[in-house]
Amino acid sequence: MNSLFSQDISRREALRLASGLGVSFLLPGLDLRAAEQRGTERPRSLITLWMAGGPSQLETWDPHPESKHGGPTRAIATTNPDLQIAHHLPQMAEQMHNLSVIRSLVSKEGDHERGTYFVQTGYRPETTVVHPSLGSILASQRPDDNVEIPMHVSLATGDGFVVPRGGYLGDEYDAFRIYDPGRNIRNMRQSVNDERQERRLTNLEVVSRTFRKGRERQVDDTLHQHVIERALTMMTSEQLKAFEIENEPKAVVDRYGDSRFGRGCLVARRLVQQGVRSIQVVLQGFDTHANNFEGHEIQCAQLDPAFAALVQDLEEHDLLQSTIVLCIGEFGRTPKINPLDGRDHWPQGFSCVVGGGGLRSGVIIGTTDPDRGAQEQNKPSTSHTGPHDPIQVPDLYATILTQMNVAPEEEIITPIGRPIALCEGTPIERLLG
Amino acid sequence: MKIKRLLPPLFVILGVALLTAIASSTAVREEQAVTMPASMDEFSAAVQAVDDELQRRWEEQGLSPAPAADDLQVLRRLSLALHGTIPSLEEIRLFEADERSDRLSRWTAMMLDDTRFSDYFAERLARSFVGVEEGQFVIFRRDRFTHWLREQLRPSAPEERRPYDAIVRDMIAGRGVWTGKGQVNFLTAGFANDDFDENKLTARTVRAFLGQRIDCAQCHDHPYDTWTQDQFEGLAAHYGQVGLTLAGLQDEPGHLFDLPSESASLLVDGDVTEELRQTFREHDHNLRKFAAIKVVRDDSLWLFKDSDESAEGLEPHYIARRTPDGLSVSSSEGEYLVEDRETLEQRLIDPAVPFHSEWLGTEGSRRDRLAVWVTHPKNKRFERAIANRVWGLLFGRPFLSDRHVDDLPSPEQEEYADDTRVLDILGRDFREHNCDLRRLIQVITATRSFRMDSIATTDDSYEIDAARQSWAVFPITRRRPEQVVGAILQANSIKTIDQNSHLFVRFRRFISEQEFVNEYGDLGENELEDRAGTISQALLRMNGKFAREMTSEEAFSAPGRIAGYSSTPEKLLENCFLACLTRRPTPEESAHFLPQLQGEEGHQKGVVQDIYWALFNSPEF
Repeated sequence: MNSLFSQDISRREALRLASGLGVSFLLPGLDLRAAEQRGTERPRSLITLWMAGGPSQLETWDPHPESKHGGPTRAIATTNPDLQIAHHLPQMAEQMHNLSVIRSLVSKEGDHERGTYFVQTGYRPETTVVHPSLGSILASQRPDDNVEIPMHVSLATGDGFVVPRGGYLGDEYDAFRIYDPGRNIRNMRQSVNDERQERRLTNLEVVSRTFRKGRERQVDDTLHQHVIERALTMMTSEQLKAFEIENEPKAVVDRYGDSRFGRGCLVARRLVQQGVRSIQVVLQGFDTHANNFEGHEIQCAQLDPAFAALVQDLEEHDLLQSTIVLCIGEFGRTPKINPLDGRDHWPQGFSCVVGGGGLRSGVIIGTTDPDRGAQEQNKPSTSHTGPHDPIQVPDLYATILTQMNVAPEEEIITPIGRPIALCEGTPIERLLG
Repeated sequence: MKIKRLLPPLFVILGVALLTAIASSTAVREEQAVTMPASMDEFSAAVQAVDDELQRRWEEQGLSPAPAADDLQVLRRLSLALHGTIPSLEEIRLFEADERSDRLSRWTAMMLDDTRFSDYFAERLARSFVGVEEGQFVIFRRDRFTHWLREQLRPSAPEERRPYDAIVRDMIAGRGVWTGKGQVNFLTAGFANDDFDENKLTARTVRAFLGQRIDCAQCHDHPYDTWTQDQFEGLAAHYGQVGLTLAGLQDEPGHLFDLPSESASLLVDGDVTEELRQTFREHDHNLRKFAAIKVVRDDSLWLFKDSDESAEGLEPHYIARRTPDGLSVSSSEGEYLVEDRETLEQRLIDPAVPFHSEWLGTEGSRRDRLAVWVTHPKNKRFERAIANRVWGLLFGRPFLSDRHVDDLPSPEQEEYADDTRVLDILGRDFREHNCDLRRLIQVITATRSFRMDSIATTDDSYEIDAARQSWAVFPITRRRPEQVVGAILQANSIKTIDQNSHLFVRFRRFISEQEFVNEYGDLGENELEDRAGTISQALLRMNGKFAREMTSEEAFSAPGRIAGYSSTPEKLLENCFLACLTRRPTPEESAHFLPQLQGEEGHQKGVVQDIYWALFNSPEF
């Protein structure tokens, strides 16, 4: 290191040195790390709580105890005087003033795989092109050089129906997946001591050099070396600690709940602190074709504490103003209760909760009528009345993108040569802050 | 007496011991009869034709082709392309002992005869036919499909091989139960949202078998190409009769009954008359007495709608067409109806093909006729598509490398004639040889381009690009996940992992492959797209469970065994390089690695493991 501005010096070191020497004015354009910013100044992040399998709107955000299709679920008051939610979510009832509810989402995809694709990308599946998920769009359009860990992360994922993909934006925007958040940081640590790792890397350099000789252009095009370097940067990054929860106070860990989903929500908050742009936390098990009510009781016992703790925790860390939280699944469930005491797939009028990140809170959009829905259930979907004030999923995404300073209408030339807009929706004015 | 009585069992024991000894000492692969092309002269001429055409291109562009690659490197390419793994140390030794001048061609033939080829290639091709999703388990069984395809590719004797066009016809026209008849899953894969998706099947048919994309014409006319929405719908109508019955997938009988021409006068717009209802009920007892029926008129055809509750939400029921003798009435189940995206009205689409309708079959169902059209000997798109795909699977990128593998220009587009000439040469040879996939592979792998080095003769960026486009240098592409794990597993074993391996070894390979591919990320049917690797993949290769297990120095793993039996550090290093990279170390590499293996350091734990680790993670692996 022979000069303060040599290329070897890392940005962070430069910033530290420069501020120590009182010459920070010499370093224009270096913005602060996200971790050092607070409140509304922070670049925004998105946390999506993905309810895999399709949660029942009637047992979560849109209870209808008055209806004969409402089942045993009761409605309870919340901190938003105009809003009642299912009795399975008492802790969330205390947080609803911070959030808004849409009860009239509509989709045409009633199959898990296709529905997941649609709700994660805002586009229906096509054979010619793979659309990027909302999280990948954000990671690609709002990059941050100060973040050394992946900008798009999926926590508590299982085999799931669809993993959030980078699609035509490139595989590098695929969500970085962690199966059991906070427990074991799979593959992120070197498996031998430093001395041997050093030897391994020197060995690697020697064999790579042989192969590269005469093939420089061809080998460099594969980005092999670049990707290895980025992986090594990440392996040695301080920010990797965001994936660990050992040092969190026990009370905090307990508040989120001891489940993969609960720990995932806690890790999500820690990743947001580091400036990670988009984090998905998955809660599986909503596909309640049988025993819907018991099933939702079990699901909500995980969702309720984790979601409530997350909102509260974000607020306490002054991160709620800069973090949009979205709770959504691939579709809702039928108003009619089937003979197995279950509910089936229902993409015509389902709910989501969204808030934070400067979005307006306390807004309630749309209403559903389970009695009419049940009547129309067996008819072709084209003749359904649908919910009142229907909201298209792309509109919700256009709202989130706009709030995160990404123009939804911006077109990207896809590998098939066809320009496609990041999102085809129109922002929902009622939600924009 | 006693000895005499003991003799027979003793002979048996000795006999068994002798036979076992013979069996175990005979390397099964060493002197196998391989299925070489019947006429070598004619085969060489086919290869030469491709070489000549490429040579012409190189001269035209002023490119000098890369020199020939080392035979071992070509062996490695063949193994990765045909078996999804790298050659074992055992195979390398046998190959090097083979001194015949045509050993590469012989080994290609031998690899094609190996069941690893049919297993591996069936999976690769299945991706373009049914994708990789497991789909709706109840009526789609991907495993049955790949099993069926493997069986089609397995026979090695030329007279027993199944021609590719027959395999394709089986898929398009398949009927029956998907568990018993694997090919039917080509169709049941097109089942979405509780119905057969004719659009999906049509798009798939054109992409997989004709190498073109008409998917956009599903909603509008193709923006750049000549495909129109009408053409798409006409093709889709061939799949319009596909339905599920107790006997599995069948074509719904379209035609129900005929009516005399007098009945036509009963047809008026709006609600149906009682008289007509009676006439219909005479022919179709399933029609309810009080069914609400409405007639939607469209010139010469009438669409009847029926509903049990009210006049709203009427569903299509009958289709009546005017014929010279009166009316022909068919069930809407057996017809292809499309909802117009603009007017939301339903339109009846008759089956049609976009060009050369004279190629359509004359017998059987709509699908039977379509199958004949798709594979018709004059349908150039068919052979071009498979030649381009097989080229892609062998080289890692399709022949027209700047386009998707299933997005070839139309044969009528003169401006692409130069670019596609090699595909036409290969296609013609393929047709002339009974659509034999193995022959196609043998021709391509014997070309000069396949046996060329990946070192370009120039360092000019522009020229390297041109050389890559014109196959004047062997392309370096990212390994597919199954190749990465296949290679890791093989490098970890000295003996070849194949059908002769112990059941446990094969089981472990199967499980490891599934697990690894899942974690590494699978590009599915887009596996021939050129994509950069991801950080997750690099982490998995460097620190993952596989890397840890596979580089262990246990006595039974290759690093352990190589370390055990290699007499000198030089031999040890050579064996590591051969097992992982199918080549020997360069002097520079030897100078770096040998000190690690010599003296004090050589006895340290982990030295061989760390060499293996580096080889696994190198761009060459």
